[in-house]
Amino acid sequence: MATVNLTVNGKAVRRDVPDTTLLSEFLREELRLTGTHVGCDTSQCGACVVHVDGKAVKSCTMLAAAAAGGEVTTVEGLANGGLHPMQQAFHDNHGLQCGFCTPGMIMSGVDMVNRYKDSGRELTEAAIRHELEGNICRCTGYHNIVKSIQDAATKM
Amino acid sequence: MYPTKYHKPDSLEAASAAMAAAEDGKILAGGHTLLPTMKQHLAAPSDVVDIRGIAALHGISERGGALTIGATTTHAEVANSAVVAAACPALCCLAAGIGDPAVRHVGTIGGSLANNDPAADYPAAVLALNAMVITNRRDIPAEDFFDGMFTTTLEDGEIIKAIRFPASECGSYSKFPNPASRYAMVGVYVARVDGRVRVAVTGAGEDGVFRHDGMEAALSAEFAPDALDSVEISDDGLLSDLHGTAEYRAHLIRVIAKRSVATC
Repeated sequence: MATVNLTVNGKAVRRDVPDTTLLSEFLREELRLTGTHVGCDTSQCGACVVHVDGKAVKSCTMLAAAAAGGEVTTVEGLANGGLHPMQQAFHDNHGLQCGFCTPGMIMSGVDMVNRYKDSGRELTEAAIRHELEGNICRCTGYHNIVKSIQDAATKM
Repeated sequence: MYPTKYHKPDSLEAASAAMAAAEDGKILAGGHTLLPTMKQHLAAPSDVVDIRGIAALHGISERGGALTIGATTTHAEVANSAVVAAACPALCCLAAGIGDPAVRHVGTIGGSLANNDPAADYPAAVLALNAMVITNRRDIPAEDFFDGMFTTTLEDGEIIKAIRFPASECGSYSKFPNPASRYAMVGVYVARVDGRVRVAVTGAGEDGVFRHDGMEAALSAEFAPDALDSVEISDDGLLSDLHGTAEYRAHLIRVIAKRSVATC
């Protein structure tokens, strides 16, 4: 068993879990934060993307013990009073159909907007499509997802 | 996955000790191959030794045009490094093309090399640039490091500390990514090191990355894409799988090598 101390969405948590516990399992089953979805469980689909120490990662491909001591933000932790601009943009632009991939899309969207802003690069439509390489949506054809991220980028 | 014991040592000595004490230990440097493999029950190490807590294995430095990249440096860190961009820009492009953004935040150069996936990108750079793999026991020249598919000459418990890339006059990497996995169907790194042309091909060989003598000779005579038109590229020893036949990969090698030369 591993003792995992983490800050999740600003709150300190501590759990004793098997060493093999994935961060995605830790969030969903230990903390009941089921906003983080597990789609493929093979690090391809991106439904499980969360931020660890400020960076987007696939939580199905990280051991909870390896994240210990770090700060994790899940889709539940984005809203601060009102919806986060990225969440609002997905709502306004109908950036989803079934919604399964949406938590990962939103977390990847926030990450890419932050990275492009930090490096002073323009987040073009083509760049967004390229950046979404690791987030798979089987409903929308991506058009409204891309529009949502473009919209949010102007408000973040 | 099967039960395992997770370790996160903060020194190389402690990591070596954990590996020595383990019945069947595995180093974790990013885990983007090891963890999926463990989930599929294709690997069941008794102990997993995470080396990302060892500060000395992380980071990028440059001296006289030669780059040293620590084993636990992530693909995103290499891709966005101003130091790498100045000394060897092709390495930035290569790192920026691995996986997807979330994968690049975690996957590492040391992990990629130790795993030696036949479709990984870094082995092509390491072999073409004649880099040195520095471990806790010795310095291994690239020529002696890769030892067939998913196999290297690393000994039990040997840990990669860093990769040292010599100053190069030019280098360029292009790949034809598998549309689903983004792994290289064929990737070719062309470099000029100490006045010599070196061409390394990944993604195509049954035994993993390899140099191509014919292309090196042709490019040494004339460094231009068209110089590759008449080079014989055999499909002997090339991979055939559901993504493409050996013959198709042989064709791709010429196409992709020409692209690399054109941008070198």
